[in-house]
Amino acid sequence: MNIIVCIKQVPAKDAPLTIAGNWIKESDIGFEMNEPDSFALEEALRLKEKHGGEVIALSMGPERVKQTIKEALAKGADRGIHIADDNFAQLDPLGSARALAATIQKEKADLVLTGLQSDDHGFGQTGVLLAALLNLPHATIIMAIDVTGGKMNLKRELEAGWFQHIECPLPGVLSIQSGINKVRYATLKGIMTAKKKDLATVTRESLGVKSEPSQKIEKIYVPTKTKKTEFLTGTPKEVATKLVEKLKFEARVI
Amino acid sequence: MKILVIAEQRQGKWNNTSFETLVAAQQIAAATSGTISALVIGKGVAGLADELAAKNVAEVLLVEHDLLEAYTPDGYCVALSQVISSAKPDLVLFPHTYQVRDFAPKLAAMLGKGMIGDCIGYRNEGGKLVFVRQMFQGKTAADVSFVGAAPWFASFQSGAFRSDLLSAHPSGKAPVTKVTVDLKPEQIRTKPLELFKEAKSAVDLTQAPLIVAIGRGIKAPENIPQAEALAKALGGEIAASRPICDEGWLPMERQIGSSGQTVAPKLYLALGISGAIQHVVGMKGARTIVAVNKDANAPIFEIADYGVVGDIFEIMPALTEALEKAKSV
Repeated sequence: MNIIVCIKQVPAKDAPLTIAGNWIKESDIGFEMNEPDSFALEEALRLKEKHGGEVIALSMGPERVKQTIKEALAKGADRGIHIADDNFAQLDPLGSARALAATIQKEKADLVLTGLQSDDHGFGQTGVLLAALLNLPHATIIMAIDVTGGKMNLKRELEAGWFQHIECPLPGVLSIQSGINKVRYATLKGIMTAKKKDLATVTRESLGVKSEPSQKIEKIYVPTKTKKTEFLTGTPKEVATKLVEKLKFEARVI
Repeated sequence: MKILVIAEQRQGKWNNTSFETLVAAQQIAAATSGTISALVIGKGVAGLADELAAKNVAEVLLVEHDLLEAYTPDGYCVALSQVISSAKPDLVLFPHTYQVRDFAPKLAAMLGKGMIGDCIGYRNEGGKLVFVRQMFQGKTAADVSFVGAAPWFASFQSGAFRSDLLSAHPSGKAPVTKVTVDLKPEQIRTKPLELFKEAKSAVDLTQAPLIVAIGRGIKAPENIPQAEALAKALGGEIAASRPICDEGWLPMERQIGSSGQTVAPKLYLALGISGAIQHVVGMKGARTIVAVNKDANAPIFEIADYGVVGDIFEIMPALTEALEKAKSV
């Protein structure tokens, strides 16, 4: 079973964000693998361990993205593909999906996996768009995958504690719900082996993908507050005493 | 502006975010001298179409087909792309539900368009609509606009608009138009099976008046007893944001947010929770919200009544002690 996992590199969770026009200043912050995608990668590795085949880690973005692909290789992906694009952050979801789809089309994949959404843009559309562009069946927010007889039996999460079982043929596209599995760490041996693994680079131009954007981020800003927050200050003990008083006599909730 | 609202039902029951989206549509229509068509899709949903017709809309489109009885992304996309191609709306609005996430981007792509999903508001800038959505897990907001020709596709997050502002039809009832779609079984590639809930949970957080909720800031499972001690001193229930339950540190039934429980307690004490929208939609109805977080810029403070910028590991024991002291006097 050959699986392509789409992985995004995003600013590290605790990175201090400085807004610069319609994006953030990228120069002084660290980047990491988008957490929801790490669950998709783990699921791909588990499926490979069970059914054999190959796992390809696919990522798009500037040069630094290679680091995240290497992390995927260290965890067990067999090879990597980097779509080099310095302007990636400004692409709309359809634009990125077109480049990813063009790359995936050149591979013989049985299954394409994505995470639920990215921790930066948070569009949460890539998997569904890939299914549309590749003309493959899809399902999203997947909590369990069981492959038997050329098709997948899936557990899909719905809202408010509901789930649904779905049958989906192969090849197909799935977006994976975070928390589906426990993500592995890269071993030292994995890190060493990763260095010998193939990491190909392509560009949108070489793929022949030109994208008319369908949307544009005009600007990014700190959200305006909707509620007036009363901040309590002092030592932890003082803060605790003040808070209990407020809750008792002002908010009257305890 | 011609606006089409795709309302969502499952097994004949509305997803209430549909009505919030209808409110958004009514506001946009008022600002742009537009008209609204509301659409319901499924099988045996004529009664729901009548309900929509009682709202202030120009018309209701009723899309029914045997193959639309259960939701499938293929079925919905094939059917709705036909409806949109003939109805030619400028703006197609959806409630941002799990179902919409599952098909709407594909529907837009089939028509060669993009979608601005998960919006929390919009602005009308001299006739140009700018949509507001969160980025970076709620740490920033972003204004996003459409480029290119209509139709444009957008979805609104649950709670972005108040459904109680929905206005009724001025003269009683809008016309309901049945729209036939051409749909074949082989076009539907996935097979939806049964809907189910996991083992019934022992705790019903929706009924808890006082909730202590923990997020990533709790750092390790060993620290959870500190939060539980605080919950006990308060006489409340312990709950968590999604990552905590994903890690298995607390059972899934204690998860608050879009994929977990939606609660509206008297008091919601958020400890080390940053306040990503997926969590906030599950608790912003709380009467009083207290947030403790080391990051003064955490989005949770936007909705907090009382805020403490500080270390939860210092505040939790101090607060537990203060609550116990308050009880004893």
